Amino acid sequence: MPTFVAMPAIETFGLEKTYTVGFWRKRPRCALRPLNLAVEEGEVFGYLGPNGAGKTTTLKLLMGLMFPTAGSAKILGREVNDPQVKAQIGFLPEQPYFYDYLTARELLEYYAQLSGVEARARSRRVAAVLERVGLRDVAGVQLRKFSKGMLQRVGIAQAILHDPKVVFLDEPMSGLDPIGRREVRDLIESLKQEGKTVFFSTHILSDAEALCDRVAVLHQGELRGIGVIADLTSSVRGKVEVIWQGGVIPPAMHALSAECHLIGAMARAVVGENQLDAAVDALRRANLKLVSVTPVRASLEDYFVEKLSPAEVAAR
Amino acid sequence: MTRVTSIASNTFREAVRDRVLYNLIAFALLMVAASLLVGQISMNIERNVVINLGLTAVSLFGLVIAIFIGIGLVSKEIEKKTLYTILSRPVRRWEFILGKFGGLVATLVVNTVFMAVGIFAAVFYLAHHFQRADAYLLVALYFIILQFVMITALALLFSSFSSPLLSAVFAFALFVIGTFAQDLRGFASLTHGVIGWIAIAAAYVVPNFAALNVISSVAHDQPVAASLVLYNTLYALLYSAAAVAGAMLIFERRNLK
Ligand SMILES: Nc1ncnc2c1ncn2[C@@H]1O[C@H](COP(=O)(O)OP(=O)(O)OP(=O)(O)O)[C@@H](O)[C@H]1O
Ligand SMILES: [Mg+2]
Repeated sequence: MPTFVAMPAIETFGLEKTYTVGFWRKRPRCALRPLNLAVEEGEVFGYLGPNGAGKTTTLKLLMGLMFPTAGSAKILGREVNDPQVKAQIGFLPEQPYFYDYLTARELLEYYAQLSGVEARARSRRVAAVLERVGLRDVAGVQLRKFSKGMLQRVGIAQAILHDPKVVFLDEPMSGLDPIGRREVRDLIESLKQEGKTVFFSTHILSDAEALCDRVAVLHQGELRGIGVIADLTSSVRGKVEVIWQGGVIPPAMHALSAECHLIGAMARAVVGENQLDAAVDALRRANLKLVSVTPVRASLEDYFVEKLSPAEVAAR
Repeated sequence: MTRVTSIASNTFREAVRDRVLYNLIAFALLMVAASLLVGQISMNIERNVVINLGLTAVSLFGLVIAIFIGIGLVSKEIEKKTLYTILSRPVRRWEFILGKFGGLVATLVVNTVFMAVGIFAAVFYLAHHFQRADAYLLVALYFIILQFVMITALALLFSSFSSPLLSAVFAFALFVIGTFAQDLRGFASLTHGVIGWIAIAAAYVVPNFAALNVISSVAHDQPVAASLVLYNTLYALLYSAAAVAGAMLIFERRNLK
């Protein structure tokens, strides 16, 4: 009887990267502090962080494009540069650029050869993937005539072309219009249905909220949080929305909330959960009639704002 | 191996689509003009002049292509990040280097074959027949191709660690020095002591393009010794293999930032 040992699809062990910057006087710049991460097979994993957090750096290390300063990583239980691993992964780089003298079809045929797709299956596979990313009608056009969003689609096509088990996407939605973003969301969803592991970086939080089983939040090269989105956001101080009648905002309310304004004969303010009593008191003292109190669900954005810029929050 | 040939044929396709082979038009015009001109002045030097001019042009045109494409073979792919989607596939880094090298060599061979046809056509136009000595033209062309292989390998090696501009300067400088390799070895053997050893080592590291240049003797209908063909083949292959291996070693550890 075969036994299956659960093995993470992606695993990093103290993965670390320090760049040297400066031409004359070389200075180290730490882009990734020791990172320990495990992504299970079949998971859609969001890798979040503001600009310069180290997302692309991590992906380049995982793709074997750069070598870590320390630590190591495994994909599907093997060392990242193992050709057997490479045959089973797909990668969409950030702002992809391709050989612009080729047509979309030629490029994908070439990549299919390199990925070891059998000659017989090649053209069928290429046609199918072009259809899937909505480029069927421009398959014979040279890539130098493609728009940014079309190139992004080519990038996604080449990442899933060879039916990889693990797909790495560096900001897959960037450069796409709203319809394109919806399509990529649907595509990631369908990859999940097919049982693939998807690891994607983004700073568009709504995309992560809509798609991810789990997320990791990276900031200044450091892992700040990892887990199910609901768990992460529950650690954020809750907020409530207070609405009252009478077109005035008492000064005491202004002091409690940075976010208050008039809506016709009503007024609205968002305050911290722990300040709700004080807010209600303030209304009562001003003889204003409370209409409603609604908890505001904390979003990833709140999580970002609160956890990633403590200085800014403290200044409020 | 199929991956190496895929990369090579894509490199060839890039050269063709970037209109590299358009240099053939310039070459054809040159050959036509030369044939017509020397046909006017006549006498017995016309064959000599056309062969000399033709072979020199073949080697200069090819040299320019080898250097200018050679220095960008790897650096352009790094700079434009096209390498990211290649190396994230089951392609080993050395396979990439070998494929790029093979693709440019194939481009140069095809280019040279077309030019060779042009030279033979010009020779035939002037003499109205071929003679036995024309076979040595093929040897001269073969040696020119060997030079291209070496230059391509050197350009690739330089571009694996320095900027394209510097690589071009290095490769061109080595070509010029290599053309005087024989003299350099002569000078080196005159020096003594440590400096002598260094000079001799330097003289032998420099590619010996002098030995590969038989243009003027072929133009004068002198035969080329079979042993020279053998030595030159071995020399060029070993030298190029060493340079390409160096490029592979450097590229293997390179961080693609
Ligand atoms: N080639 C490089 N040389 C030196 N420093 C670099 C290099 N690439 C990135 N860095 C630095 O490493 C840090 C992380 O960069 P990285 O590109 O990984 O961020 P990111 O999370 O992908 O950001 P973004 O969302 O803007 O794409 C940044 O501080 C950046 O300045
Ligand atoms: Mg990035």
